[in-house]
Amino acid sequence: MGKFRKKGKKETPGISTASLPDIIFMLLFFFMVSTVMRTESLLVQVRAPGATEVQKLEKKSLVSFINIGPPKDENLGTKPRIQLNDQFATVADVREFIHAERQALDENERQFMTTSLKVDKETNMGIVTDVKQELRQVGAFKINYSTRRVNELNY
Amino acid sequence: MARKTPEIPGSSLADIAFLLLIFFLVTTTMDIDMGITRKLPPPPKEETEIPDIKERNVFKILINKNDRLLVEDKPGNIRTLREKVKEFVDNPYGKDNLSIQKTKNIEHLGKVEVSEGVISLKNDRGTSYEMYIKVQNELAAAFNELKNELAKEKFGIKYEDISNQDYIDAIDKAIPVAISEAEPENVGG
Repeated sequence: MGKFRKKGKKETPGISTASLPDIIFMLLFFFMVSTVMRTESLLVQVRAPGATEVQKLEKKSLVSFINIGPPKDENLGTKPRIQLNDQFATVADVREFIHAERQALDENERQFMTTSLKVDKETNMGIVTDVKQELRQVGAFKINYSTRRVNELNY
Repeated sequence: MARKTPEIPGSSLADIAFLLLIFFLVTTTMDIDMGITRKLPPPPKEETEIPDIKERNVFKILINKNDRLLVEDKPGNIRTLREKVKEFVDNPYGKDNLSIQKTKNIEHLGKVEVSEGVISLKNDRGTSYEMYIKVQNELAAAFNELKNELAKEKFGIKYEDISNQDYIDAIDKAIPVAISEAEPENVGG
């Protein structure tokens, strides 16, 4: 009967880690693909002002951006312009832009829509005020002044 | 007999992939947009009356086109603005030229003094955006400091560290961020 007794102690085989790189690569590709950054080419120069009391903008899908600043192309002058989506716009276009952005959202999410104003720090408030008035008219009340986070402001 | 070429170890591949993964994880979350959130008032209707607000309940800030401040009808300085706003809202000594305090019973907090004060911010069309943000930042800082003080007093922790939404709402109720922006006009230099 001793014929079938195995010789020595039975060793548990180590788990093969050969598939680990594949799993990690899968994760890697998932993150690379799913975090597509907004590749909106900026036509205006936006140097955000610094602030200490900043809040994070949550739920990026609910945020629409309005860029205001001097054009990057020097031939277009230095006067601040508004950029919506991928093109220059005027104050009057803001209304339509907000309507379009709102249409793209779910009905129950529309009330949480936020408009982020990315404004160059050397812009005059005149154009910003005009945009704000326009936003009030279309009922986009939640706004966010985009700023950089700094630890201390020097006055 | 041909010599066997030794196999290249593949165990480090996982580490390399991990490194890349972490790199992408970190760089993509760094892109968070930050800013100062504000709520715009609804557009004025013609029939609405101007609400009757007492003079002492209004803290006036004007920014002219040269980025100079006029705080409560006196030339002001951005450095002292935060303290002034805090004093106005909090009114710790009950001065009669600062905001009126009303005692309210708020859940989780008990009886607290709630300010009726409103910060009125007015700027010229020529004001620089940088200055405007600085003022907004100081106002936000003043309110945040007041909220922190109250949270410390009532719950023993900072306002931003509170995780209970009910407590956050209670503090928000006790210190309402009342910033009113005037209808735009040219205030001039």
